[in-house]
Amino acid sequence: MCLKFLKSSVGRKYLMAVTGVFLLGFVVAHMLGNLQIFLGPEALNSYAEHLQNLPALLWPARAVLLGAFILHVGVSISLAIENRRARSIPYACGATVEASYASRTMVMSGLIILAFLIYHLLNFTFGVTHPRFFHLVDAKGRHDVYSMVILSFRELPVSGAYVAAMGLLCLHLSHGISGLFQSLGLAGAMPALKRAGAVIALVIFAGNSSIPLAVWLGWLKAVGGGSVE
Amino acid sequence: MNLKLRIWRQKNSGAKGYFQKVDAKGISPDMSFLEMLDVVNEELLAKGEEPVIFDHDCREGICGACSLVINGVAHGPERGTTTCQLHMRHFKDGQIIVIEPWRASAFPVLKDLAVDRGAFDRIIQAGGFVSVGAGGAPDGNAIPVSKNSAELAMDAAACIGCGACVAACKNASAMLFVAAKVSHLAALPQGQVERAARVERMVAQMDQEGFGNCTNQFECQAVCPKEIGVWFIAKMNKEYLKAKICQ
Amino acid sequence: MSLDAKVPLGPLAEKWDKRKFELKLVSPANKRKVDVIVVGTGLAGASAAASLAELGYNVHAFCFQDSPRRAHSIAAQGGINAAKNYQNDGDSITRLFYDTIKGGDFRAREANVYRLAQVSGNIIDQCVAQGVPFAREYGGLLANRSFGGAQVSRTFYARGQTGQQLLLGATQALERQIGLGRVAMHPRTEMLDLVVVDGHAKGIIVRDLVSGKIGAYAADAVVLATGGYANVFYLSTNAIGSNVTAIWRAHKKGAFFANPCYTQIHPTCIPVTGDHQSKLTLMSESLRNDGRIWAPKKQGDRRAPGDIPENERDYYLERKYPSFGNLAPRDISSRAAKEVCDEGRGVGQSGRGVYLDFAEAIRRLGKAVIKERYGNLFDMYQKITAENPYETPMRIYPAAHYAMGGIWVDYHLMSSLPGLFVLGEANFSDHGANRLGASALMQGLADGYFILPYTIGDYFASHKKPRPAADQAEFKQGEAEAGERVKKLLSIRGRRSPVSFHRELGRLLWEYCGMARNDRGLRKALAAIPSLREEFWKNVNVLGDGDGLNSGLERAGRVADFLEFGELLCLDALTREESCGGHFRQEHQTPEGEARRDDAKFCHVSAWEFKGVGQAPVLHKEPLAFENVSLTERSYK
Repeated sequence: MCLKFLKSSVGRKYLMAVTGVFLLGFVVAHMLGNLQIFLGPEALNSYAEHLQNLPALLWPARAVLLGAFILHVGVSISLAIENRRARSIPYACGATVEASYASRTMVMSGLIILAFLIYHLLNFTFGVTHPRFFHLVDAKGRHDVYSMVILSFRELPVSGAYVAAMGLLCLHLSHGISGLFQSLGLAGAMPALKRAGAVIALVIFAGNSSIPLAVWLGWLKAVGGGSVE
Repeated sequence: MNLKLRIWRQKNSGAKGYFQKVDAKGISPDMSFLEMLDVVNEELLAKGEEPVIFDHDCREGICGACSLVINGVAHGPERGTTTCQLHMRHFKDGQIIVIEPWRASAFPVLKDLAVDRGAFDRIIQAGGFVSVGAGGAPDGNAIPVSKNSAELAMDAAACIGCGACVAACKNASAMLFVAAKVSHLAALPQGQVERAARVERMVAQMDQEGFGNCTNQFECQAVCPKEIGVWFIAKMNKEYLKAKICQ
Repeated sequence: MSLDAKVPLGPLAEKWDKRKFELKLVSPANKRKVDVIVVGTGLAGASAAASLAELGYNVHAFCFQDSPRRAHSIAAQGGINAAKNYQNDGDSITRLFYDTIKGGDFRAREANVYRLAQVSGNIIDQCVAQGVPFAREYGGLLANRSFGGAQVSRTFYARGQTGQQLLLGATQALERQIGLGRVAMHPRTEMLDLVVVDGHAKGIIVRDLVSGKIGAYAADAVVLATGGYANVFYLSTNAIGSNVTAIWRAHKKGAFFANPCYTQIHPTCIPVTGDHQSKLTLMSESLRNDGRIWAPKKQGDRRAPGDIPENERDYYLERKYPSFGNLAPRDISSRAAKEVCDEGRGVGQSGRGVYLDFAEAIRRLGKAVIKERYGNLFDMYQKITAENPYETPMRIYPAAHYAMGGIWVDYHLMSSLPGLFVLGEANFSDHGANRLGASALMQGLADGYFILPYTIGDYFASHKKPRPAADQAEFKQGEAEAGERVKKLLSIRGRRSPVSFHRELGRLLWEYCGMARNDRGLRKALAAIPSLREEFWKNVNVLGDGDGLNSGLERAGRVADFLEFGELLCLDALTREESCGGHFRQEHQTPEGEARRDDAKFCHVSAWEFKGVGQAPVLHKEPLAFENVSLTERSYK
């Protein structure tokens, strides 16, 4: 019965919304964590070490996130395929009256964000793309996240891709956040929710983009102490 | 006024369609869009060409039969208006007007601009009713219904079943239609007994008919001639979850 | 064939109860073996089909629309009457009965009308139970308004969409039975003929409008609920597809046609703008509660309404009918508008229109109140005319709206052809010569929910003939004839469209058999119609083929029947040498120009028997006996 529910069109709306909430929660938490960079290397690096030292929390969280992520992407692809099938002959003259640009590009923005995410993980989590910066340690012998971020962002392609991806994430979230209330049946006044979605998305964009921007403006600098192991 | 029409022609559901270019001449701004097509059809007939088939009946915006996508917008450019109530004064002299049928796999084209909307009827058959046979009803005033509930039910019940929501939805989803009927009956005490079963069955039938999924883009409410709000879709989503949880 | 109305004996109030007990029943086990055909899915047809299926009969339902929900009952705006007396204002079954009889100008059958009033309350209960969102008071009880000149508030309504909501209730009940497999629904299927076997209606010939296939359906009885024939006037408030074909075909097969000349012209419609006009849009009669109707006093006054000073305006309804004023009944208001326009005082481009002015009401109540009461109607008016009725008065003119006449039926709603039952607007029974506002919905649902389900059982129990097979000779012949007719229409390839014939017929009838009729005009129309019909069959142009959707072919078939029916309409109007209700003969009026009935000679139903196209039909008279009301002159002064 439960499976039937989750396979129905309304059930999958719920899945998209609930997994979206998890992912949004992660994005917000991740941003708050990252913003500690403005508090200096000590704050950020100890925060990172803390996380690493809590495997009981970290791994289940990662598992849930991964699950949510796979579901979010998987369900959206199944929906997209069905939706395409539901209109096998498109309009010759299509027009849009109300649907926002963000809502019409969810699949595309989502897929690009997915691609970016893989790159982002390879960059900062697995250290594949920039191994030079990945193996830095700070004075206390901790993984020097602070320097890694700043040094990475000093490379224009890296920060450029990052800001662009945050822009797409903002677009994706501006529709996703207002839509999840609708999907979960919590929608009140739609214009207010639409505004709220846009505001939250913009805050996330501003928060995340502030880091590469600060790096380029020279507000954030790699400080001494960072050395290659 | 004169107009350059591009009208979708299709012999039957199996045939390949094409756009026919037709010039509509001497159109009065006081004509409705369908009266303009009447004029075109009379001219086609006089020239020995088969008239364009389109669905229509009451021509006062309530039966829900008329169904044209005009320059990409279901029921044309005027908000809250069916094609039969759309007047030519809203178009410009010399304008090109592209006329297409509702496009959805669940609404196959029968001929030219007429489509089969039987899927909507099958959704109602699945549960869009209160199971009371004639005869046993209690007095109409036996159960008071708050004015708010009655008004809310009426807002939803105003749906004319034209299918513009499906036609306009980027995914050809029928959520607004189904939500309107579910919300109408859920708002009234008379609809409570079958409330959970109704939403489950209607959604299941909707899915089976091959409509697309709602992605909250709200094109449906923008073209709905009765301006039924997407708020009702949110309500249906909640109804559906409640039904499944209570189970 | 006789005209036995089968009205039960005994006191009026007990007749229906008595008859219900007398009616034979069909056992549940036997109902399963009985098939019924229901044509039309408006209020009468949908409610009948659903109710019969609920009882256990096998029902085949047919409609030409793509869905049963689109039948034209859906367009009724104002409301539905019921003698509930919820408002404590003195209403009762007897009062609703009396108002309906009097409103019909004493040309309806007492027993039928009384029964209608009796079951009116059950209809409201049934609809509420189905989830019809009627308007409510703040306390949660049902709201009522007064309507169409009634002096009590007995009209139940759902905004301006009462017909829609009632029809959705009825079609949802029907859809439920379809889902249960009790009703086989045939949408986009048009009835082309009735099949009679051994003197009983036993089936129909239909055309599947999508495939073009002509087929036959056999059953134990046939129910026609196919609506009225007001589209014979070409321009009317009816849907484009509304037609006379089903009942005309039944008439040709032996069912008597009663009182065709009783046609209702609705006073408040949006005037015609030009030749292109395909239909007329009704503005709810409720507008007359606050609007004042006037025309300029001077002939040919082309000034804008705002420039015409008060003392140069003629509020003619208030002048002529001081006690009812702007709320005078439909027939009287319509005729008064026609007179004003005939005098050359009409307004608008065509000169066929009068003003319905809200300026005074807006001054008195404020724009907000008017907007709350009539906002949707004002919007609709503005959409169609591009004029703002808050600022400039509406222009209105009467339009053909409803047919009181129809197939003659007895108290059981059975026609003179056994096994053929006719419901709703398609029959003649309850409204006499004029229908009151908010009574059509009541009649359609009464017939379908609460009368036919009882009376049809009696027919089955009394006539136990085996159901014929649909490949029997009568059916084969019917199919062949219908096929021939389609072929004929497609082969003429003349020079005129079906619509042009329809328009010409409509103009002729509107001119000579519309709001006011006279001997000379009717004879003129009677001479003109046969030649128009002859031209039709020589010169109509229908393209395409018979095997697919073909709107021209559908229209042509309907127009062909209107061309035959129009003649009967005029003949009935010519024969009824009196004025009553919707039938106004200019020779029969009081010195003040009011209708004058002739109860001595015409207190009867005129039921016509078909004798062949172009042949004179035979008139049968069913005398109307009024045992409970005294015939008075209708006065609204």
